[in-house]
Amino acid sequence: MRGFVRRLRRLPVSLLLGGLLTALVVGAALLSLAWTPFPAEQVRVVARLRPPGPVHWLGTDHFGRDVLSMILVGARNSLAVGAAAVALGALLGVPLGLAASAWGRWGDEAVARLGDLLFAFPAVLTAILLTAALGAGAVNVVLALGLFNAAVFARVARGAALAVWRRDFVRAALALGRGPLSVTLVHVLPNIAGVVIVQGTVLFAVAVLNEAALSYLGLGIQPPSPSWGKMLGDAQTFLFTSPLQAIFPGAAIAVTVLGLNLLGDGLRDALDPRHRSAGLL
Amino acid sequence: MPNRQRRAALAITMGAVLGLAGALAAGPVLAQAALRTDLVVGMRLEPPHLDPTAGAAAAIDEVTYANLFEPLTRIDAEGKVVPGLAEKWEVSADGLTYTFHLRKGAKFHDGTDADSADVKFSLDRARGAESVNAQKGYFAAIAGVEAPDARTVVVTLSRPDGLFLFHMASGDAAIVAPESAGANKQTPVGTGPFKFERWVAGDRVVLVRNPDYDGPKPALERVTFRFISDPAAQVAALKAGDIDSFPQFDTYEALPQFRDDGAFTVMVGTTEGETILGTNNARKPFDDVRVRRALAHAIDRKTLIDGVLFGNGAAIGSHFPPHRAGYVDLTGLYPYDPDKAKALLAEAGLPDGFATTLRLPPPIYARRSGELIAAMLAEVGVRVTVEPMEWAPWLEKVFKGKDYDLTLIAHTEPLDIDIYGRPDYYFNYQSERFNAVGAELDRTQDSAKRNALYGEQQRILAEDAVNGFLFMLPSATVQKSAVQGMWVNRPIQANDVTGVRWK
Repeated sequence: MRGFVRRLRRLPVSLLLGGLLTALVVGAALLSLAWTPFPAEQVRVVARLRPPGPVHWLGTDHFGRDVLSMILVGARNSLAVGAAAVALGALLGVPLGLAASAWGRWGDEAVARLGDLLFAFPAVLTAILLTAALGAGAVNVVLALGLFNAAVFARVARGAALAVWRRDFVRAALALGRGPLSVTLVHVLPNIAGVVIVQGTVLFAVAVLNEAALSYLGLGIQPPSPSWGKMLGDAQTFLFTSPLQAIFPGAAIAVTVLGLNLLGDGLRDALDPRHRSAGLL
Repeated sequence: MPNRQRRAALAITMGAVLGLAGALAAGPVLAQAALRTDLVVGMRLEPPHLDPTAGAAAAIDEVTYANLFEPLTRIDAEGKVVPGLAEKWEVSADGLTYTFHLRKGAKFHDGTDADSADVKFSLDRARGAESVNAQKGYFAAIAGVEAPDARTVVVTLSRPDGLFLFHMASGDAAIVAPESAGANKQTPVGTGPFKFERWVAGDRVVLVRNPDYDGPKPALERVTFRFISDPAAQVAALKAGDIDSFPQFDTYEALPQFRDDGAFTVMVGTTEGETILGTNNARKPFDDVRVRRALAHAIDRKTLIDGVLFGNGAAIGSHFPPHRAGYVDLTGLYPYDPDKAKALLAEAGLPDGFATTLRLPPPIYARRSGELIAAMLAEVGVRVTVEPMEWAPWLEKVFKGKDYDLTLIAHTEPLDIDIYGRPDYYFNYQSERFNAVGAELDRTQDSAKRNALYGEQQRILAEDAVNGFLFMLPSATVQKSAVQGMWVNRPIQANDVTGVRWK
């Protein structure tokens, strides 16, 4: 017990705080699966724009929907889109980055230029273009953000992997006649896992933010399914009449992004104390 | 905390506005001398250009109609056809010959006379093969235009057209001069009491009083139309006093706070905007009238009007505004009844409902209505995917391409029930019965008979449940209390400021 406390104390503050905030959001998302004060999509126009009170803890929106319920379900939607976009990015990007590091010059060049191409446009712009072409909706948002994430993952994985390839134990494995695929899987991948995980949390935060931006523009998660960005967009016309409408979804987005960023910082420090700020984003 | 600060800031702003209004009201003698002769009008959308004879955008008419351009006839604040460039006219007994007498002394802003040759040019241009007029159909019945003398125009029709004078009063029928017509998009030259001064793209259009106008001079010397698309910015601009009058104000949730504020006047009037759940009658399952009737039963108009317009609007049961003569109240035909809707769907072979897509154009009434209707239809088992679109793709795909299941839009042209008779219109609706009544309308001049025929058309559309008939878009105007003479209603898309003055 005492050992656990001591170990906890040695962890970076950012990791603890970030973990706490993230856990809060994940908890809200999980809770929404089992319980919300009201059905999040239930419209009751007579009860619209209620201030926070005992029945509706965070009040109601312009259609009389319960804001707390929408925030809870919105957490689930935000995290789902964020997680899917990060998973897609990692699944595409990490193998590509590893391959680039193993293939030598030409493969390396090809992957790097592909990355440049994607980085030339901000992620949100790419996503807007893609949703404009394919139609709005959560799936296309995941696709768009996932593609952007793939480029980031590829770049990070390649950089980290190149360093590993030069280490002695890898050279030894190669000298012993191990093939590049086997070396990649057994030696390189485990050694870049930390960097990839940290990158994942940062990209998670970016994806949540971008999803909110797209939903605010009406391109992301489609109604009636609640989303924080959409709530913020709806609240915009009520800024002068009921400003609270904008504060709750705004705070939810801020808490999530802050939590994920702190968690990422903390993980980086905890996993890789020697490379405090090496090559991340 | 931010909330409290914002309130404090608001209180200060409102105090300042009130103080100003108080100062104006306090000194009538002083105020008399210092009456303002300029007006800043707020608009949601900027016009794409300023030629009403070459575009459908309502924003063009909202700047130019009656102010800058004049058609032969004109629609007044009550929706009546009154003299425009023509001071009087006669119609032959068979309804085929219209003789217009133009105002003596009418001049274009470039100093040239506005005579019968200009009228002939304008009408021939609008109906010609090269015409880019957005309402070419208004001129379709014209067989020929003669100009026997400088002040007389004789228009002969190939068939009677009961709405001819009405259509000739639209901005699309504005009279332009051959010398200047080509440049009207950027530098409009008309015959109205105001002339064009400048257009700052993205911000404002400025009109100034035309000193050579031959009719009654307006009280205002300068009118600025400012374009503010963001709802919160509209409220802020009004509160800050930057805008004197904001017609067609659609941030309905902000109306109560302006009503409570003595510095402002809020007027809520009618428009010609029948708001409908546009339905593709050719596409399954909407080709089955039982499905369309089921949708009608599934929509709670009262909730819709409360939720979208904050109570400021009238329900409709067909494609006709309640304030017009000839209106028949059909709102009771399909009362809100989800069980009935489910039964009708089951009868149509869809006991488990169906999935469909609702494509929404950008206006806030469309987006909000769409969201509410999706929730209402879900109650009866219709799973709606909402798809918000920008104007250009909406016009391209839905309106022109007829590629949609459901959409939501207000039809703002006055007396436009005839669109249901157009063979290639985006509803894909075809009814021999409806068209027969339409043909009879074209032959009829007597207004009592016309109204009865309009009633019949409304009933046919309601029985066929062609579209979901929802509500009339209101026309809300928020303005400083000292502004007088803005239109309360919008019988035509226009901001006629010729009668506006400060008190």
